[in-house]
Amino acid sequence: MSNHLMLTGNVAAAWGARLAGIDYVPAFPITPQTEIIETLARWIEFGEMEAKFLTLDSEHSMITAAGAAAATGVRVFSATSSQGLLYGMEMLYTVAGWRSPFVLVNVSRGLASPITLEPDHNDIFAARDSGFLQLHCSTCQEIVDGILLAYKMAEDRRVRLPVIVNLDGFYLSFTREPVDIPDADHVAQFLPSFDPFNQGFQAVAPFNEAVAVLGGSSYSYFRYQTHLAAMNAEAVMSECAALFAETFGRQYSAIESYRCDDAEVVFVMMGSFATKAKAAVDSLREAGQAVGLLRPFLFRPFPSKAFREALAGKHGVAVVDQNLAPGLGGVIHTELAAHLYGHSGDKPVLVSFIGGLGGRDIEQEEFFEMAQITQQAADDGHPPPPRLLYTSSELREIKKMQTIALHQGGEKCI
Amino acid sequence: MSQSRFKTFKDLPKEHLLGTGTAMCAGCGGLEALHEIYDILGEKTVIINAAGCMTLLSVYPYTPFRGGWLYTSMASAPAGAQGVRDAMDILLAKGRMSTAEDMETVVLTGDGAAYGMGLSSTSGAIERNLHFLYLCYDNEGYGNTGQQTSGATPHAARTATNRGVVGYPGFKKDLFAIWAAHEPAYVASVIGAEPLDLARKVDLAKNIHGPRLILALAPCPTGWDFEPEETVEIGKLAVQSGVWPLKEYRNGQIKHTKIPKKRIPVEDYLKRQGRFAHLFEPKRNDSLLQEIQTRVDAYWSRFE
Repeated sequence: MSNHLMLTGNVAAAWGARLAGIDYVPAFPITPQTEIIETLARWIEFGEMEAKFLTLDSEHSMITAAGAAAATGVRVFSATSSQGLLYGMEMLYTVAGWRSPFVLVNVSRGLASPITLEPDHNDIFAARDSGFLQLHCSTCQEIVDGILLAYKMAEDRRVRLPVIVNLDGFYLSFTREPVDIPDADHVAQFLPSFDPFNQGFQAVAPFNEAVAVLGGSSYSYFRYQTHLAAMNAEAVMSECAALFAETFGRQYSAIESYRCDDAEVVFVMMGSFATKAKAAVDSLREAGQAVGLLRPFLFRPFPSKAFREALAGKHGVAVVDQNLAPGLGGVIHTELAAHLYGHSGDKPVLVSFIGGLGGRDIEQEEFFEMAQITQQAADDGHPPPPRLLYTSSELREIKKMQTIALHQGGEKCI
Repeated sequence: MSQSRFKTFKDLPKEHLLGTGTAMCAGCGGLEALHEIYDILGEKTVIINAAGCMTLLSVYPYTPFRGGWLYTSMASAPAGAQGVRDAMDILLAKGRMSTAEDMETVVLTGDGAAYGMGLSSTSGAIERNLHFLYLCYDNEGYGNTGQQTSGATPHAARTATNRGVVGYPGFKKDLFAIWAAHEPAYVASVIGAEPLDLARKVDLAKNIHGPRLILALAPCPTGWDFEPEETVEIGKLAVQSGVWPLKEYRNGQIKHTKIPKKRIPVEDYLKRQGRFAHLFEPKRNDSLLQEIQTRVDAYWSRFE
């Protein structure tokens, strides 16, 4: 028996945590994540679920408490967003090194400056080297399922690392979609109670965690261990996804492939904006163009082999990065290039686009144009430099605002 | 404290629990205090550490501790204690851990974390009434990085970042008062050189529920510039001169536990330390010395 509900992405995240039978929720409010912790706090306060909820003084403290509690032997859930994720950044690296398995939901939101509330992926990509695994959701169903998968992966003895489950602010956090809530028995079968394995603080078993090391040799050893554990997670994810499909009937893989088999040009996009790309793919297919979409669900570990296989024989790839590394371009573009090249065989031409920053929409016409530019680059073998998506009407609007702000012709605004 | 099991020096623990051969400096006043405190707290403790000198106590694969240890960060050791304590309480409540396996959560930090970067997480832990014991070894500067000025540095002390003729122009922050303002379960100042006073306070704190601070002044041969064998003596002078009042806060009341009968001049304490040498040489700075003495006298005049 399962239950169909209309849920926002935030409430779906709370349901994921509830179903996972979490023991402990260290929390700190931040828009657009707050609904997650408010929902959990309400359920716990009114006895609908049994766990301890606690508001910390900051995300830095919150992630410390989360990692410490997981290292002591309980199942932990937490959530944050944007500035909060960066405020806690020191501890993301630290608790990943503790090998504390827990799940942290990040509701993506652009980073200051300028300060904003709407989504892009610079926050979550700032954590890409932290040692946390990353799952990126594109629907509310994927949020519930992704959290259950994340616990299963995190707690696997071959992995023992924390996982960030990412969902886009506003587009998913505040958007209601029908969600299938699995029943508790099936969840318990898929995700048994937390086994702390070799971790925990008990009087009978003295245990020193996270001690200092002197010298690069022991430091390297433990860092390599974290990397190798993260690399194990790709195969572990396949196993967990197979068990998930068997238990709940829904399929997940490291990369979602949409109308890609015979595609010549492929979009690569992440998160909820990928659903816009899907609609564009459908339109382009109707117009007779062989276009598809690859959407990485797993971003850490980077699904290198899956990308290489999916892109074998393709002509051009339009990588639409909803993030910006100033002075470099897009994060997914550079990571994908690093994994495609250096191997034998024909390579597709990669074209880099930056779009959707701070929640800026990407319109269908822009997808059509990106497909055309990528096809052209594939034909002539000359990809253009990274394109920053912006329309002439937007530029007119910003000029108007500059006039109002008395910065017309000023040096800071061009 | 009158009922304390520590009445004379003979009552102090005979067995010493903390392992030796650590990376601390010779004559470390912080380690002196930690030895005494650990003997009383016992091995059923999880030490939650913040970045500082004592982070080097547990260096892979060695540890002097018989119980648990978790290094966190400079700012968030109390939040680490929160996570450990909450998790142990959950495990106890759900029967996944026996009470015999329970441990005391002890935060161990220097003054850099306790007086500055860690204040937010400390304040949060106290307001949530976390059952934990915070042990601060206060050597009045960022000692592990070479004694730069911290929020605990006293007026006029020379530090690595205040090398001028007047030393540090600011004043030592009153961490005892900051804690007491939160109305926690217990706050005490101690010093390793007064082990009986320290033992009574730690023993009392051990049996109180809630947030507790043991604030230990930690004479520091390398940071304060004196010979390692003088640590105990300088500690005694800090108390006898009234610079380091030994006191405790409990149930809204502050009580001094060892009031010097006749305070010795502050300069008897200062002149033993190289960090105050500029007050005496090449020319005696009478006005600054008087200013320091006046501040100490003003403190005690509130209680005399």
